[in-house]
Amino acid sequence: MITAVTTIALIALLAGLALSFASRQLPSSKRDLVESVNDLLPQTQCAQCGYPGCRPYAAAIVEASADINLCPPGGQATVERLARLLGKDVLPLAKAAQPTVAVIDENACIGCGHCRNACPVDAIVGAHQLMHAVIESECTGCELCVAPCPVDCISMRPLA
Amino acid sequence: MEFSRRQSPYWSARVAVPGVMLQVLLALVPAAIAHVWFFGPGFIFNLLIAIIFAVGGEYLVMILRERPPKIALSDYTALVTAALLAFALPSLTPWWVTATGALFAIVVAKHMYGGLGYNIFNPAMAGYVVILVAFPVHLNLWIAPRIGDIDYQYLTVLQTLEFTLTGSLPESLGFDAISRATPLDLMKSGLNNMRTAAEIRAHPVMGDFGGRGWEWIGNFLALGGFWLLIRKIIRWHIPVGVGAGLLVPASLMYLLAPGTSPSPGFHLFGGATLLCAFFIATDPVSAATSPKGRLVFGLGIGLIIYCIRTWGSYADGVAFAVLIMNMAVPAIDYLTRPAIVGHANSGPADE
Amino acid sequence: MTAATYDLGKLHGGLRLPAHKSASTAAPIRNVPIPAQLILPITQHVGEPAQPVVGIGEHVLRGQLIADHDGALGAPVHASSSGTVIAIEPWPVTHRHGDPSPCIVIECDGDDRPVAPGNTPGNLAGSTPEALLSQILRGGIVGLGGAVFPTAQKLMQARTGNLECLILNGVECEPYISCDDMLMREHAAEIVGGAQVLMQALQIATCFVVVESDKPDALEHLGAALADLADERIILKQVPTIYPSGGEDQLVQLVTNREVPSGGLPTDVGCLVQNVGTAAAVFNWIINGEPLISRVTTVAGDGIVNPMNVRARIGTTVADIVDFTGGYAACAEHLIIGGPLTGKSMSTDRVPLVKGTNSILAVKKSSFAGRELPCIRCGDCAAVCPVQLLPQQLFWHARANNETKLRDFGLTDCIECGCCDLVCPSHIPLTANFRIAKGRIQELADEKARAARARRRFEARNARLERDKLKRDNELTQQKEAAKRAGPAAIAAILKRKQQEKEGD
Repeated sequence: MITAVTTIALIALLAGLALSFASRQLPSSKRDLVESVNDLLPQTQCAQCGYPGCRPYAAAIVEASADINLCPPGGQATVERLARLLGKDVLPLAKAAQPTVAVIDENACIGCGHCRNACPVDAIVGAHQLMHAVIESECTGCELCVAPCPVDCISMRPLA
Repeated sequence: MEFSRRQSPYWSARVAVPGVMLQVLLALVPAAIAHVWFFGPGFIFNLLIAIIFAVGGEYLVMILRERPPKIALSDYTALVTAALLAFALPSLTPWWVTATGALFAIVVAKHMYGGLGYNIFNPAMAGYVVILVAFPVHLNLWIAPRIGDIDYQYLTVLQTLEFTLTGSLPESLGFDAISRATPLDLMKSGLNNMRTAAEIRAHPVMGDFGGRGWEWIGNFLALGGFWLLIRKIIRWHIPVGVGAGLLVPASLMYLLAPGTSPSPGFHLFGGATLLCAFFIATDPVSAATSPKGRLVFGLGIGLIIYCIRTWGSYADGVAFAVLIMNMAVPAIDYLTRPAIVGHANSGPADE
Repeated sequence: MTAATYDLGKLHGGLRLPAHKSASTAAPIRNVPIPAQLILPITQHVGEPAQPVVGIGEHVLRGQLIADHDGALGAPVHASSSGTVIAIEPWPVTHRHGDPSPCIVIECDGDDRPVAPGNTPGNLAGSTPEALLSQILRGGIVGLGGAVFPTAQKLMQARTGNLECLILNGVECEPYISCDDMLMREHAAEIVGGAQVLMQALQIATCFVVVESDKPDALEHLGAALADLADERIILKQVPTIYPSGGEDQLVQLVTNREVPSGGLPTDVGCLVQNVGTAAAVFNWIINGEPLISRVTTVAGDGIVNPMNVRARIGTTVADIVDFTGGYAACAEHLIIGGPLTGKSMSTDRVPLVKGTNSILAVKKSSFAGRELPCIRCGDCAAVCPVQLLPQQLFWHARANNETKLRDFGLTDCIECGCCDLVCPSHIPLTANFRIAKGRIQELADEKARAARARRRFEARNARLERDKLKRDNELTQQKEAAKRAGPAAIAAILKRKQQEKEGD
């Protein structure tokens, strides 16, 4: 019996050592996981989750320093997909969102260009000192252009 | 004129699950009558107890699950599970053994996995295996068939009922006096004792091709099975698979070593082969779904039955074979997907 | 003359269904009289709605163009009888299940005066395919089997590939519907004549007219018409009576034993399918100068007192048609446009007959399913699926909203024939589930595409900002280098100049 116990214990020890060596030395697939998580996010780059873009939020999720329910544009569906991918529990959405697009009031626009620089997907076009406009089909509704406008001429209109 | 709207199609199937289950029960009736004829009324008592505990268990479990019991009870699947369990048991079985089997089959093997349609394992076989391992003595108490053996003391109806309710035999009889080996038991122990198959076959309890009494039950089971095939309740893939999986190696061994192998006919009519091929393995919920998958499923069961009978320690391996192949079903389904029309070659996608 | 049945392909699965066609085929086609009002939707086809070219108050003649086709895919609409246009307004229509859509309403004057004959060829000699195709477009001809795809555009698309044969679909596999059967019995000459027009427009030399074996009268009449025509290029073929042999992809597989690739068209395997009614309509327009202003429709079902086939003007309401046949039975609960398996359920019978209305069914309530049980994995659904899908797996994944698995198991290939529903012992509404799931995965695909676009723009913007920063850094370094090379004297000179400028201010 002593032989049996010793053998098993030895095998367990060796297996444990091998596994810890592998987890340290072999390349981790964390980057692939961040990519997979980023694929599930809606790419609005709106920073409503508290991170400066979708990829930083994805990295935070993989590091386990962020919950999976912080993305309003993704909706509950994204929370469920993330839960399925990562094997975590489904949480209710922290903040709900309605799909919206930005609209510039042409009469008030002074052409300063702050909103154009703020847009993460370059959906605002306009030359300096001339009127700017939002390309509606490319606007993701992230609301990052609303604050920089010095004359407050940008509003969010609900879609459909 | 105004009308109410609906989604197409506006026709629905004529066949329904309760109807299918009733037809399966009907197909079992001739075999049940043969069973009672040869082995006495014990079968009826076992059936009644199995039904009471299966249906009662289902009722209680549905209440525990906070669902209306009528939904589960009205599809008659509990009745079929009870009937198959009763066929698998010896006719002299105390009520607590049957009850444990029925309860385990319905409550654990069926409802704990999610109820109808969600169970992985065949409920009747799961229940049988549990009582086989828990009550080994009672499940080996097989009695002799009614073949006019003047040395054998057959029990009366009342004595059978008394045993079912109390587990005790009449004063004058002991277990050893009553119990007889089944044909499969005889074959296994005989072969282990280095006797030839032909010698073993000379025993009076061995019938023409299976075992006295058992071969008649087998005939009627086959008849019932063919009736189900004609009515399209079951399809041919699983019965043919089980038959081929068992008979091909049996025939091979019989040709190569006839002295030490039972004939294919013996394998077919002995034990629960026909019951398994037509009624047990064909349980749709726990079997594979695609036609190719079903053939593979049946072949696997047949092969495992052969292995257990030849090299295992149990005389009959139907229940274990079915449960093992139930475990393989997700893999079988994954690997035997049919090619979708219009796709170059369908199969599992590379993920 | 019975057709040969060799070298046919085989359909997987399918069902032999009770036909319920004897009541409606007992008598010849009857003509529904012209109603008081004709309601003509401007969308009776796939593609852009037609644009009205008449105004309110204008008097129109039978066959006159009242809405012209718009855009690359569309078809014109013609007035079905003479009268005055009294309104162009929303009206309940069949393609929206009884919800409204814009229609041109004509108050008929009863004279039924035809428009002056236009420049229709009259016969085929000397007509180029291009001329024929543009003429077919002007006739408002669309697929009369129910798909209502504009015929001219379908033919034009087919000509760009290597087309080998034309298949005329006289299969009519769905129960109750018998309008094509009656058309083949009474108008066989027009059908085969139409085949000749189509073959000339497509410049091909093979045509199969396909009929199911449960239509002996139709086969006989078509055989006689073909014998009269003596055109060896047109072959009559008979197929077994199995639903859904009449689906386009299934028919191509049956007749030519070729599988239409998933997501593709029959033209990808060299075939073009047209309904026999479409062929007859083409003949009537090209040879007789009558545009598509009427069609044969089956009126049947337990909720109809006298089932029959009628020819009615496009724009006649279903209410008027059913009234003409003898009205509804007391048990009529649902009104279906189409067949009992693929038809659309209407909320009202004020909907007008349109080009794609092949059948009007009134059914009683008790035909429907009982309580739904869980799936018992019997596999019968897979055995009958003509596309060899696994409806049971699709149902599982549809319930789980698993888009990847649904695409993997071929949900987009489902033709929604309803065969799986008809054999399910648990009475699960499989087809309805698949229809909803298809919408959902399309929505998901759209979302993914939108996200991908936003991500590309974001990455492009980051790249642009990087480039700008790099350029600025380079310029700055270059200036610093230039200053260093120029030497301390040059720096002193610059500083002095700056100081002078400051003093100058």
